[in-house]
Amino acid sequence: MADYQNIFTRVQVRGVPETGIELPAHSSDRAGKPFFAYWIGWLGNAQIGPIYLGWTGIASLLFGFAAIEIIGLNMAASVNWDPIEFIRQLPWLALEPPPPKYGFAIMPPLSEGGWWVLAGFFLTIAIILWWVRTYLRARALGMGTHVAWAFASAIWLYLVLGFIRPALMGSWSEAVPFGIFPHLDWTTAFSLRYGNLHYNPFHALSIVFLYGSVLLFAMHGATILAVSRLGGEREIEQVTDRGTASERAALFWRWTMGFNATMESIHRWAWWFAVLTPLTGGIGILLTGTVVDNWYLWSVKHGVAPPYPDVFQGMDDPAMGVMGAGQ
Amino acid sequence: MNIWTALVAFVAALLTVAMFVMADWDLPPVKNTQTGYRGTAMVEIDDIERLQASLEANQLPETPWELDTSGPRASEVYENVQVLGHLSSDQFDRLMVSITEWVSPEQGCAYCHNEENLALDDVYTKVVARRMIEMTWAVNEDWMDHVDQTGVTCYTCHRGHPVPQHVWFKEDPPGPTRGWAGYTAGQNTVSIGLTSLQTDPFTTLLGEEGEIRVESLDALPSDHVASIQDTEKTYSLMMHMSGALGVNCTYCHNTRAVQDWEQSTPARMTAWHGIDMVRALNAEHLDPLKPVFPEARLGPLGDVAKVHCTTCHQGVSKPLNGASMLGDYPSLSGAP
Repeated sequence: MADYQNIFTRVQVRGVPETGIELPAHSSDRAGKPFFAYWIGWLGNAQIGPIYLGWTGIASLLFGFAAIEIIGLNMAASVNWDPIEFIRQLPWLALEPPPPKYGFAIMPPLSEGGWWVLAGFFLTIAIILWWVRTYLRARALGMGTHVAWAFASAIWLYLVLGFIRPALMGSWSEAVPFGIFPHLDWTTAFSLRYGNLHYNPFHALSIVFLYGSVLLFAMHGATILAVSRLGGEREIEQVTDRGTASERAALFWRWTMGFNATMESIHRWAWWFAVLTPLTGGIGILLTGTVVDNWYLWSVKHGVAPPYPDVFQGMDDPAMGVMGAGQ
Repeated sequence: MNIWTALVAFVAALLTVAMFVMADWDLPPVKNTQTGYRGTAMVEIDDIERLQASLEANQLPETPWELDTSGPRASEVYENVQVLGHLSSDQFDRLMVSITEWVSPEQGCAYCHNEENLALDDVYTKVVARRMIEMTWAVNEDWMDHVDQTGVTCYTCHRGHPVPQHVWFKEDPPGPTRGWAGYTAGQNTVSIGLTSLQTDPFTTLLGEEGEIRVESLDALPSDHVASIQDTEKTYSLMMHMSGALGVNCTYCHNTRAVQDWEQSTPARMTAWHGIDMVRALNAEHLDPLKPVFPEARLGPLGDVAKVHCTTCHQGVSKPLNGASMLGDYPSLSGAP
């Protein structure tokens, strides 16, 4: 069988499009006539398609389309269907969750956030169907399901923000609006309301794993690119041999910092750092407001936040009288 | 190089140039002044060009002539002088000339007076002006916690405009005028400080005594309730204050614990009294003028023009950069 190995070069391999392995019984067909795209070849494989959608893929796209449609049309309605204002204000527009007075009611009025609940419902179905798809496709190819579980970690954070925490708080109004600037304003307001999220230890862990992911990504990407002139991407074939790109990559780090990951372990590092970012972040969000109401004061209570010298002497809460200052 | 490569290169170059030309950059150097304990990022950052522009924009008007408080009283010389009758007629004339210069330089005396008979009260602006003189006295006498000895005059807000340029009215919240979609919760449009926060934090927080404080004072959940939307409204008001004074959050707060008074700068205390003052001025001096104003002077929902921080501050932390005009106009520093 003709064997195609990607090598790190701008040369694009062209031939008969690769259709992949035989599908198991009862599978749908892969859809679309494959073709080559020169510009896409600059980013990855120049071959586009065929794609395997199946019923999960089709249903996911339909539900996802419904969610985006609800969000977009509500944004358009909020500017009275004015197309110019829709484009001009797009980064500011949002589909807002219901106000506090509706609590966690199953279906608030459409005119006051009901559309948000519907859009969230459809989007969640779409995302979960897409998760099922990543699981089933991996199984169909005889792979492990690591991609699906990594995706599940992101879904956990999404569900905490939009469903689990609002449920525990008993109010949809705690959830994030669907909008570009509005979700950023929500983030700042969330930190302001709950006493500075930077004092939330799970937020801190999430940042460690986020920045750690960036660092690992840079180190691994750089290492492999640096040995690609020696065929470094064919790591598994080389891993047992002396003097190969693979061994040089390992030696580089052992000489630089006394320790090196292996060709296998580096991918476990990357996977866990990436997965732990939303996992710990989701825990931090879940604890906020439910069991901790002010992270700064919580940190003071547990000796985490250092006291600073009282440089503004005599500052006391004017609403509390002379004694009994701000906290 | 084919046509597509050239096109992509052209668009990239265009975006790069646009980024440098269209964004609101400050050329270095900037002036940094440390205000808090080291390492807490409590620093005032001033752009030198903007400081210069603010100095030029906040020049004091010239005084018409030397003050003379001797001679007959205004109440003896003129008719119907209800609040300024205790001044000498020279001081009264001088104040009238200055008010014209400050408030209606183009329209002249006739903006407030019936030129056939200056004593009549048949022009509504004269009635308003009288109440505004009383309001100025109230600010300078009762709100020294905010205005200190510097005080305010008509010019602090008016700056040559019959209606101060920076006032607020109640407005319909953004969103659809009808239908059952497009809920905005009073936000999610281009709002204060280019945020997407509530467009009107003023009605409830400066027009009424709404609760500005949203942060809990207990580490663990208590009976304290404040929604995200409440927080966003407070945040919107704070963005207004930040823009009105031309300062960052750290001008008043140590942002690691925004609510904590002990870590806040003295400016926060001044601002706290300022919020109280604005509420009082709106409730006691401006709202009661509603029957006096013609409909054209009222807002879209039929309320009077009201004050907020920008009305006086106009982009600087101390209005007119802290210069006091009361030395030249002692008659405005308080009621007789």
